Amino acid sequence: MIHQYKLGGYNIVLDVFSGAVHAVDEVAYDAIALYETHTKDEIKAELLAKYGERENLSAGEIDEVLADIEQLKADGKLFTEDVYADRAFDFKNRSTVVKALCLHVAHTCNLNCSYCFAAQGKYHGERALMSFETGKRALDFLVEHSGTRKNLEVDFFGGEPLMNFEVVKQLVAYARSIERQAGKNFRFTLTTNGVLLNDEVTEFANRECHNVVLSLDGRKEVHDRLRKTVNGQGSYDLIVPKFQDFVQKRGNRGYYVRGTYTKYNLDFTNDIFHMADLGFTELSMEPVVSAPDDPYALSEADLPTLYKQYELLAEEMLRRRRAGKPFTFYHYMIDLSGGPCIYKRISGCGSGTEYLAVTPWGDLYPCHQFVGDEKYRLGDIWSGVTNTEVQQEFKLCNAYARKECRDCWAKLYCSGGCAANAYHATGAVTGVYELGCKLFKKRMECAIMLKVAEALDKAESNM
Amino acid sequence: MKRIRTLDTRDLKKSVENGGCGECQTSCQSACKTSCGVANQQCEKCMEQK
Repeated sequence: MIHQYKLGGYNIVLDVFSGAVHAVDEVAYDAIALYETHTKDEIKAELLAKYGERENLSAGEIDEVLADIEQLKADGKLFTEDVYADRAFDFKNRSTVVKALCLHVAHTCNLNCSYCFAAQGKYHGERALMSFETGKRALDFLVEHSGTRKNLEVDFFGGEPLMNFEVVKQLVAYARSIERQAGKNFRFTLTTNGVLLNDEVTEFANRECHNVVLSLDGRKEVHDRLRKTVNGQGSYDLIVPKFQDFVQKRGNRGYYVRGTYTKYNLDFTNDIFHMADLGFTELSMEPVVSAPDDPYALSEADLPTLYKQYELLAEEMLRRRRAGKPFTFYHYMIDLSGGPCIYKRISGCGSGTEYLAVTPWGDLYPCHQFVGDEKYRLGDIWSGVTNTEVQQEFKLCNAYARKECRDCWAKLYCSGGCAANAYHATGAVTGVYELGCKLFKKRMECAIMLKVAEALDKAESNM
Repeated sequence: MKRIRTLDTRDLKKSVENGGCGECQTSCQSACKTSCGVANQQCEKCMEQK
């Protein structure tokens, strides 16, 4: 299967099952489009009629292009067959280890954001803080169930995790005390709204956290509209100086300034550019997760605007990179030569199997977005996963699980999509969240276009 | 090739043999938390080799 598209002045051809990416001229673009369904003589006739006069194209040159296409096909870089579909069904029976936990150390929050999927941090339940004993047992559970995996990830999440900072510190100290003997390497992530960021937290996070996610929605008016304090005041002025100070002290360690966009800011690229102008370089901006009838919910009617926004973002990133002022956008990060292997691409995020969320009470859920939905409770950190029926459902969530994905060129980039999004949109984790799919595909096209631009810029500068 | 430039990419078919160690990052753990995608993940083994 191939996918062809034109974007940013480039003609791009993806070979889905090998992962190959080709930047081609118009003649090759059309020749590839016709190659599998037309004879060589038909292709020649069509291309000569279209380009013969305009580009002075000769029959010999078309022969050359067709020979190149044939060579790429023989090399397994074009029109590659799907050899993975049969393997994917083995995933149901595969044994899995746990390698990542989302630790909900605080089911409470010091902000009152209108769109919070966690219902102001409480996940539709009681306010609660995780005790050290529960957190310690969660870390032991992770080590016990991680098999031979060395790298273990733990995300301190909430609500607002810094409302339980003492326990966070104790848990990190405990993990560090056991990791060498256990043969493990803990990588901690802290996801925070920034309200409680101070020098002590900064020093701690810069020493211990592999990644820190800082929540900011962009321009002051956009951020303050939905991200308010419990007193109803906007939180922008409170947190932006803290984030700037934090990032300045973080040096080259990992972080993201992460925003959420809604129907209220369909021009969300202006929020991303605002973040960049504030001095942040590692940026992420996510479509809101909401019920379709929420006033800020995104809809199909917004898609043309959103597509244009993603294109605008890619073009501006290209411009800034060429001007020596680059920034990173999480969804446009793609490592074509060192990216995920086919197993990862088929199996996806690992929710419910490799990745579990732990509530303040030690209950296990498939991921943070299922917390509070009792039918998805998997078990607890003392007894392990006991709801194996639900876990089996998640084991099946892979790139080949959905008939709607069968002919989709993007399935090895998204692995079939987010189970939580699918569940919220369709009522089934193996459903398809179509709006999310469409946005994802647009982001991938933009991400790959940026890689094509980078490669061609590099080639040009070496000439 | 005159009209086709092929970028340097990882051969997914070959990764059937040399992939699957499972040491890579869990997708949702890094920044999104609300929309899965594996495309922007990196292979731990490839990173070590770089």
